This record gives sequence, C-alpha cells and structure tokens, in this order.
Amino acid sequence: MTSNKGAAKYRGRRITLLGIMIVVAGGLVWRAVDLQILHKEFLQGQGDARHLRVVSIPAHRGMITDRHGEPLAISTPVDSIWANPQDLLAARGEWKQLAKALGVDRAWLKERLERNAAREFVYLKRHVQPELAEQVMALGIPGVSTQREYRRYYPAGEVAGHLLGFTNVDDAGQEGLELSFEQLLHGTPGSMRVVKDRLGRIVETVERINEPVPGRDLALSIDRRIQYIAYRELKAAVQANRAKSGSAVVLDVNTGEVLAMVNQPAFNPNNRESLRGDHYRNRAVTDLFEPGSTVKPFTVATALESGQYQPGTLIDTTPGTLRVGPNTIRDVHNYGLIDVTTLIAKSSNVGSGKLALALPPEQLWRKFAAVGLGAPSGGNVPGEALGSLPDYHRWYPIDRVTFSFGYGLSASTLQLARAYAALANGGVLKPVSLVPLTQAPAGERVMGGQVARQVVAMLEAATGDKGTGGAARVPGYRVAGKTGTVRKSAQGGYAEDSYLSLFAGLVPASDPRLAMVVMINDPRGDQFYGGAVAAPVFSRVMSGALRLLDVAPDDLPAFKAQTVAQAGAL
Amino acid sequence: MSSDYNLTRLADRRHRRSLFIRGLNVDLPLLAALLLLAAVGLIVLYSASAQNNDMLIRQIIRLGLGFTVLLVLAHIPPHHFERWTPWLYGLGVFLLLAVLVMGEIGKGAQRWLDLGVIRFQPSEIMKLAVPLMVAWYVAERPLPPAYKALLVASLILVVPTILIARQPDLGTALLVASSGIFVLLLAGVAWRWVFLVGAALAAVAPVLWYFLRDYQRQRVITFLNPENDPLGSGYHIIQSKIAIGSGGFYGKGWLNGTQAHLDFLPERSTDFIFAVLGEEFGLIGILVLLAIYLFIIARGLYIATQAQSTFTRLVAGSITLTFFVYVFVNIGMVTGLLPVVGVPLPLVSYGGTSLVTLMAAFGILMSIHTHRRLLSGS
Repeated sequence: MTSNKGAAKYRGRRITLLGIMIVVAGGLVWRAVDLQILHKEFLQGQGDARHLRVVSIPAHRGMITDRHGEPLAISTPVDSIWANPQDLLAARGEWKQLAKALGVDRAWLKERLERNAAREFVYLKRHVQPELAEQVMALGIPGVSTQREYRRYYPAGEVAGHLLGFTNVDDAGQEGLELSFEQLLHGTPGSMRVVKDRLGRIVETVERINEPVPGRDLALSIDRRIQYIAYRELKAAVQANRAKSGSAVVLDVNTGEVLAMVNQPAFNPNNRESLRGDHYRNRAVTDLFEPGSTVKPFTVATALESGQYQPGTLIDTTPGTLRVGPNTIRDVHNYGLIDVTTLIAKSSNVGSGKLALALPPEQLWRKFAAVGLGAPSGGNVPGEALGSLPDYHRWYPIDRVTFSFGYGLSASTLQLARAYAALANGGVLKPVSLVPLTQAPAGERVMGGQVARQVVAMLEAATGDKGTGGAARVPGYRVAGKTGTVRKSAQGGYAEDSYLSLFAGLVPASDPRLAMVVMINDPRGDQFYGGAVAAPVFSRVMSGALRLLDVAPDDLPAFKAQTVAQAGAL
Repeated sequence: MSSDYNLTRLADRRHRRSLFIRGLNVDLPLLAALLLLAAVGLIVLYSASAQNNDMLIRQIIRLGLGFTVLLVLAHIPPHHFERWTPWLYGLGVFLLLAVLVMGEIGKGAQRWLDLGVIRFQPSEIMKLAVPLMVAWYVAERPLPPAYKALLVASLILVVPTILIARQPDLGTALLVASSGIFVLLLAGVAWRWVFLVGAALAAVAPVLWYFLRDYQRQRVITFLNPENDPLGSGYHIIQSKIAIGSGGFYGKGWLNGTQAHLDFLPERSTDFIFAVLGEEFGLIGILVLLAIYLFIIARGLYIATQAQSTFTRLVAGSITLTFFVYVFVNIGMVTGLLPVVGVPLPLVSYGGTSLVTLMAAFGILMSIHTHRRLLSGS
C-alpha cells in the first residue's frame, strides 16, 4: 500500500468484500421475506397442525335411579393416563419413577411401550382417581398425558347387578338395562379446539366447538328397598338350601311395574375382575323352567269358566293315582273325594288331571297362553327368553294331563309373576314395565272377574292350615299363593332327585297389591318342596314390602272387627 | 451575560464529558449498538426461556463480564496486543493439544479444560489468537504476502483448525479458519489463490466426507433434505422454519410465540433464539435485528479503514468479517439456508464463553480506534 496501484487494489478488494457482504445480507433478508411473507400461510398451517387439536369432551352418562330417585348407577369423573410411546421411549430414565407413581411394574411398562413403539397412543392406566393423575402429571415426563373419562358406579352393587347390567371401560352399555337403554343414557360427546404443547398437554382451550350433551337420566320402576329385601332373602334361601341358583320377581299388580327383580348367583358390577359368564345372567327373564303346580290355578280357572265346575264341585282322586294310557300320575297322598278348592290347597295332580281330561285341550292351552306363559312380558326386558307352549293338536291324553299341572311347557319367573298379577287383578293381564308409570295400562281381560276372585280365594286356602303353602303366610295380611315342586327334566326324562322349588303368590288377598314369584333351582338341603324352600322367602319379602308400601293389613283382629261392623251398618 | 455563562458551562460540560469518554477509550457508536443489541437479546431471551428469571440474571451477569472485558481491552493500546500475539497463539495451541490428549485418555469428545475453578474451551482463545497471529505474521512482511509467507500463514491457521476439528467441533473450526482466511484476503492474497484453494477444497470434499463423524455427516444430509427425517434430525430445522414463517410480517407478539412456548422449538434459548425473534416480532423484528448487526459491521469496517498500522487494520477487518460470518451462519442455519452447525447468535443467544470472546474482540476493535495518533502523515 505504498504505491497508488496498491491502494487501488486494496480499495477494489474492499469493494469486492463489501459487495459479497451486501449480497449475503440481502440473501438473509430475502429468506426472511420468503418464509414470513411468501410461505407464511403454509408455515402457519404447519404450526397450527402441530399444536392445534380437536379433542372430544366426554358426555356425562345418564344416571339410573329407582322409582324414588335413589341412585342405582352413576357416572363419576376419572382420569385415564396415556402415553405417546415414541416420546416416552426416549425418556428411558423416567420409567422407574413413572412405574412407581402408576403402581405398575417397570418391566410391564417397558414391554407395553416397546410393543406399541410404532404408535402414538397407548393407555398406561385407565380410570384412576384425579388426584393420582395429577401426581403423575406433576412428574413432567415427556409423552405422558391424561384424559378425562367417566366411570360407572353402582351404589346398590350386586343387589341390582343383573337388572342394570354394566358398561365397558369406554362407558358404553354392555349388559342389562345399561345396554337396552344405551340410546337414552349415553350422551353425545362434545368437541373443543385446544392448544397442546409438544408433550401433548393441553395448554389452553381455543374454542368449544360442540358442547357435550349429557345422557338422560333413567328412573326404574324398581323400589330399591324391596329390591334389597328380595335380594337378601333369596340369597339366604339359596345358601341355606345349597341351591344352584334362584330368582324372584315382585310386581305391582295394578300397573304391571316391576318392583324388584333379583337373582342368585349374583355379581358386583363395580368389580368385574372375577366375573363368570353364568353369574351375570338375569335369570328371572332368561332362564326357562317347567312351572309345575304353580299353573294349577289356571287349569282350575279354565274349568270354572267352562261352567262344568264350581269351587265346591267334588272330584274323586282315589286311589291317589291316575292311569292315562301307559302312564300313571301320582299324588303325594291319597286325598280321596275333594272339592276344587282342596285340589288347589293340596295340589292334587290327579284332580288336576281329571279336570284336564274333562276339558277340551284347546281351552286349557288358550288359557295358559292368554295369561302370558311363554309369551313376551311386554316390558322390553333385555335378554328376555320366551318359553314355549307345545301345540295342543299333537297332544296325547297324557300330555293334556301333565300340561294341566305344569309339565311340558316352559316359562320364566317374570312370566309366571305376570300371570299371577292377572289373577290378582281380577283377570286383567297387563304388560310388565321396568319404568315407573303415571297411569296404569288398560291391560287385557283374560278371565272373568268372578272366576279370578274364586281362584284367589282358593289360593288363600292353599296358604291356610290345610294347604301346602302355609310357610308363605305374612302376619297381619291374608296371603294367596301356590307352591310348586318340579322335577327337573334331564336327558331322556326327569331327574330322580333334582327339583325346582317354586312359590307364586299375591298379597293382600282381600285386595291384592303385590304379586311375587320365588324360584329356587336344585336345592340340595333336607328340603326341596316349594312350600318349604320358596314359600318362606315369599313370606319375608312380602312382610317387608307391605310394610314399606304402607299397605293396610287385612288380617288383624281389629281390622276384622271393623269390617264386620261396617257390614253390620250396611 | 448569563446566557454566555451558561453556554460556556455547557461547552465545558460537553468537553469534560468527551474527555471522560476519551479516557474510557471506547467507540461510542459501537458501544451504543452493542448495548442496544444486548438489550434486544435480553428481551427475546426472556420470552425464549419461558420467563425464567434465573436464566435472565445469569445472562446479565455474563453480559456484565463481557462488557468489562471490552472496557479493559479497549484501554490497552494495540501495540501490546501485537507483542502478546505469539504468546497467546502458543498458549492456545498448547491448550488445544492438552485437551486433545485428555480427550484421548477420557475416550470421547473433549472441548473443555477444567482448571478446577473455571472451565473454558481453548478453542475460544483461538478465535482471537488465529487472526491476531496471521495478521502479526503477514504485517511484518511485504504485502501482498509472498508464497513462502503465504505458506507459513496457512500453516498458522490450519494447525489449530485441525486440532479443533478433531475435538470434534466443526463449527468453531470453520469459524477459526475463516477468521484467518479473512486476514489473508485483506492482506491482498491474489484471487487466483483463493479460487485455487476453493477448487482444491471442492476436490477433497469427498475425502473430507470420509473423515467426518457420523453425526456431522447426518447434519449435512439433514441440511440437504430436512423433511427426510422430520421426527429425528430434521426436526430442528422444520420447527424453526415454521416458527419464523408463522410470525409473518408483524409477528405474534412478545411472549406469544406458540412454537417456542409450546416446546416445539428446540434449543430456543441458545442456537435457535433467532426463530423465537422471528415468530414473536415477525419480519419487522428480523429487519431491526439485522439493521443493528449491519450497523455494528459497518462501524467495524469503518474502524478498519481508519486503522493506522497494517497489523491493526488486518485485525480490525478480520474481527468485523468474522462477526459477520457468525451472524450469517447462525441466521442461515436457523432459516434453513445452511446446515446445522452449533454457532450462537452473537450477543442474543444464551451462553457464556463465546460471548466473552466476542466482547474481547470488540474491545480490541475499540482499542484500535481510540488509540490512533491524531497526527496525520505519520
């Protein structure tokens, strides 16, 4: 730089360097313009795609209550913890801490993450208490998130388990009323747009797109208190008699409302870990059996309606057996010459058979069908089995006879209860209902009111001193009812020592309010007669139910005196 | 009368103030620009660190340390630097070797020298020592440098470059090399040599590829096609492009950057802080930042032209150009124009060592400018 030429050269160099710098700086500015002006929309979209998410807001499932609003199934908020395996796999150092917080094995966690390594979502633990979820989230482990869900709780536990059924972990009905009323109970989930950070945590809610619509509440016709008593007594009887299973149904005879429906064995819908398939069957509607002697009142009703018989008409049952073709049917004892009322009270098969032979088969069949045996109960009961009445055209005489005392047909506990409710109701059959009714349905007349009252009077005698159902009596009330002891059908005929103990009845006999059927399957104790096994259950449940429903006693000395006085005044 | 008095007082005060500033030996425009840049940096860092006060305070302490170093060095006349240059360079090479040996023993990357009390990277010394040494060497000899001088000068810059590259720290190695090359360019090396070396480098590039570590190769591949591996190595660059682009013209506003605050943007307090600025302050913010940088660079170049000796002129020019390279490489990297090399954004990125080195360089620059002899024609 001593010479002019040198100085010029250096100036040229300076200008060159300056030029390069200006070009480079211009390049940076252009790049900024390129990204921020020209590609702004695209890149903003990419950014939004990374942090804006539409997530669903779970809807609250409707509550199920009994007829008085007592909760039977409620949903409570819980949290489920999930992970993005791709993020969590990278945070290997945090696994131990996470496993400890979740209360799971680290090896299990590792296996679960590695098996789902290609996915972006895997549940770690579902339905935990919100406090635990909070603790886990406080650890700040990458890839771990929570989501709000609802868990179903059943305050009545196993008492109403069969009837209610249950929901799955995704809050959808799987069994029972939870399933059949799914449309009503389940809500419509809402959705909202949220900002999520890289770890998938919701940072803020941008907008709520759709509000969740909660499911509707469902009130049942069940009275939780009667349900509870029925459950307790049935369970005690099944255990005491070492029976295989059992069912009981209580109906309001005026409306057809189901007040209680219980079964054994039962399950706890709150804890289904050890659930066995045969435990969650609602046996009262799904299990069919031959109703045995409990249908004799309908045979008698047919006979009375035919005009050939009166309650006092005598029938000779001597010698306690009846030969029909090659077959012989038997009574427990030789009852000799008895009237129709005694036929019911003693439950004479021979007498019943003689009535059947005196009647056209079609009439008998029609009567059984009319009272709803082997037919839908009309209550839209989930899982209901229909049962069957065999076609009378193909009957041999023996079939007429056995049909008259309840063999060769099948029905459910609920159907039998409904048929007895029709008797109690003066001969009007009503559909059963699992939801409370504000107005009693009209129903359908299936027998004459006079005949129905006569049969009820006979059934009252059956629980009297001379009847088989004395154990069904309720202090203070007049009880009408019929026992049944059915030999269980087995392959190729009937089992020798396997029975079904039944009791079907109504109270109070003077003006029936309730009908109840108790079915106890295969008692293995000392007793197997319906009058010994099933009737006491009826007595205890009805005793409680009548008191709970505040039904006026019709069998108190004072009450009798009063009615006599009133009659006298008339 | 009183106004006259006041005027005198005012003039006097001005005079005294300018004397004070002269006594500080600082270049006021440059200092003002650096302070402004530091302030902008702190504002962006506050947002980028998710309003972490601890980080902010630590960065303020570092800035205080950096400005102290600047003031001290600005006070020292440049001929002292000239005297210390060979010693500084020798010490730097020695420490680099020491680090390398310790790295061999420790089996792994080793950049830090742990002196018990403090840890520092010897490569930071080289950022200053290499341009100083090359300038020192060529300034003693006729310009433009002869072949022999060129050869020796090349050796001076190649040896530390290779040592740093072996650490391995490719980014710093390239910056150190370029600071030396700038000295040679400014010293008047013929363009044909520049092209020759460039062509030679292009020719050996495939061979260099062979020597690169896996992660270095990966960075080059990622640079060429970031969408190739969006969840892996391409992640940084995609996220930062989204951050900048979604800022638009006006930006999303301070503390409102979603990419940064939702944790999508990696290294957002350090190497990728420019993306936070771009997202929150938009194109306007970027232009303001670039304007401050360009002002500093322009001032540095002006100082270089005003420098009175060959050594100081070369050093001033090299410091300014290297600063420009810092800015360009960082922004180029964050905007996806260049591969990802770990170069912080000067005075804005969170981090200590390189900040102090940078302020030391500006201290030298100010010293060069404020210690000019005011007599002309010397």
